Amino acid sequence: MSLLEVTGLHVWFDLQQGGELHAVQGVGFDLDAGERFGLVGESGCGKTTTILALMGLLPPTASVAGTVALAGENLLERGERTVSPHRWKDVAMVFQGAMNAFNPVKRVGDQIAEPMALHEVADGAEAKRRVGELLELVGITAARADRYPHEFSGGMRQRAAIAMALACEPKVLLADEPTTALDVMVQAQILELLVTLSDDFGLALVLVTHDLPVVAQVCERAAVMYAGEIVESGPTTALFHNPRHPYTRLLFAATPDLYGDEDVASIPGAPPRLDRPIGGCPFQPRCDRAFGRCEEARPVLRSVADRHAAACHLNDLPQEVPAA
Amino acid sequence: MTAAVTGNGDAPLLEVEGLVTRYPLPRGVVGVFARAPQRYVQAVEGISFTLRRGEMLALVGESGCGKTTTAQSILRLVRSDAGAIRFQGTDITTLPSKELRGLRRRMQIIYQDPYESLDPRFRVRATVEEPLVVHRIGSKEDRLHEVEAALRLTGLDPPELFLDRYPHELSGGQRQRVAIAASLVLHPDLLVADEPVSMLDVSVRAGILGILDDLRRRGLGILMITHDLSTAARFADRIAVMYLGRIVEEGPAREVVGNPQHPYTKALLSVVPKRDPEQSTQPQILRGETPNPVDVPPGCRFHPRCPIAGDECRTFDPELRVPAGARPGHSAACLKA
Repeated sequence: MSLLEVTGLHVWFDLQQGGELHAVQGVGFDLDAGERFGLVGESGCGKTTTILALMGLLPPTASVAGTVALAGENLLERGERTVSPHRWKDVAMVFQGAMNAFNPVKRVGDQIAEPMALHEVADGAEAKRRVGELLELVGITAARADRYPHEFSGGMRQRAAIAMALACEPKVLLADEPTTALDVMVQAQILELLVTLSDDFGLALVLVTHDLPVVAQVCERAAVMYAGEIVESGPTTALFHNPRHPYTRLLFAATPDLYGDEDVASIPGAPPRLDRPIGGCPFQPRCDRAFGRCEEARPVLRSVADRHAAACHLNDLPQEVPAA
Repeated sequence: MTAAVTGNGDAPLLEVEGLVTRYPLPRGVVGVFARAPQRYVQAVEGISFTLRRGEMLALVGESGCGKTTTAQSILRLVRSDAGAIRFQGTDITTLPSKELRGLRRRMQIIYQDPYESLDPRFRVRATVEEPLVVHRIGSKEDRLHEVEAALRLTGLDPPELFLDRYPHELSGGQRQRVAIAASLVLHPDLLVADEPVSMLDVSVRAGILGILDDLRRRGLGILMITHDLSTAARFADRIAVMYLGRIVEEGPAREVVGNPQHPYTKALLSVVPKRDPEQSTQPQILRGETPNPVDVPPGCRFHPRCPIAGDECRTFDPELRVPAGARPGHSAACLKA
């Protein structure tokens, strides 16, 4: 049994004008302590909705199905009643843009202590001591707890946001685009911190990002999402060297590399709308390898190698040799 | 067209020499009465470079390094304190604002965020046509031809499909194409692209960069401002690396990336994540933050964070020169290089 097991996660929204938008369609992955897992995809693919569902933080218009098992206990069993005891205490999240979400008129240390008081983990002097420890852990001197957010640089505020997420000693940290607005040197510092937290403290990390190279360098395994579903998942090395879904291959080819010589090509077209049924493969209209069956049947995610799965009909063709 | 900016044809498109742009810091009432010294944000502190027709120069660096101020100074959107900006051989540094109008037709800028740079109430046709209307160019019919031609250049083809759409009906990539089209209708010679793809999805970025590449081939000079070294390496002809208001290294993109000379460039390149998980490098992470451009360190401004700084670096402010290990045309401002 893994620490976190997500199976068949569906999230759909009731639209004002009627109908439903299926943002997440059958997502599943698992994660052990100390593991770093990447959730990659472009805007609107459902990656943020997926982790908000794990936190039980979706808006009231959302409906959720599937299971999110934390050490065997299904957090979705009875909705808020089963999620809330674990939120922040066992599963915590660093929101996208968290570094800009601090209250400007409260001291950073007091804000980091808030979840501790709320979850009755620590209070008063004990909370203050732990805030100092947390700040040191993320590379900020404890004395800075008395400062206000505007006295911190962007990178330091992001570290403080991570410290706040760690306040109740969670086992799982969900980080949504934690380095997106940061400079490359500060990004390197934050990624190094996340790696240290998982290596040294056994924190299980889900890194949500659109940035493939970041996932390639930080995570052992990753899942590529498209139109609400995982189209390929596996070790990051396999995703790069032996992609088994054309979207994964094209996404890497659209990403310039410092030392790459090959042409960088965009992917024509746009993702499908998720408020109407999709007939065949959702990627088929943009795929460079689509054939007859792709228009008719939706491929399912199935194993193509050890811990490597893809949802593509090409993998069923007998003559298909893995792309180099 | 204004006579003052016609320049001669042999001169490089753009020459910047010793450019300095500072922003005064407010002293406050107490400061003024106490005669506190006026302090400045030293955004750009003496930079020089040349941009030719058909060339793309990438200005790279972290936030606060002065790359955007450099672009704004060149476009005369902010006033520079010293140095010279020559556009097609004509010094435009102190051109009176009356004469800027003619100049502005020939230098255009595209911004980072196509969600904010387009007026949501304007259809594509009106957005792209607006510069022509402002400059009172052509008849209504001529203008439509120009608009259609610009849309085609940016891959919004056939234009009829896009003319009557509003920004909210377009994807992010299409919006950025519209913004580029609007900058092209005046047939500029210089295009400044300020982080043109950083707000866009990965799958559409290459398309936008391809358009810029195509425009470059057609003879436009392009100054691209970016924090993304991989994009600069792949698309620019030359790269200038900025740190605290200075260019610390400049040269052909391949040389700067393949044979970096300045320790700052080396550190920056080492922390760029690679696509291949097996190609893990030894990231050389610089500690701390970039110093504040108000209190610039003496000597080499990089010395407090430099892994190889010596005593002389604390006092001597190095200039750009061709280091022993580099080819001509590739320079770095480092005593140790």
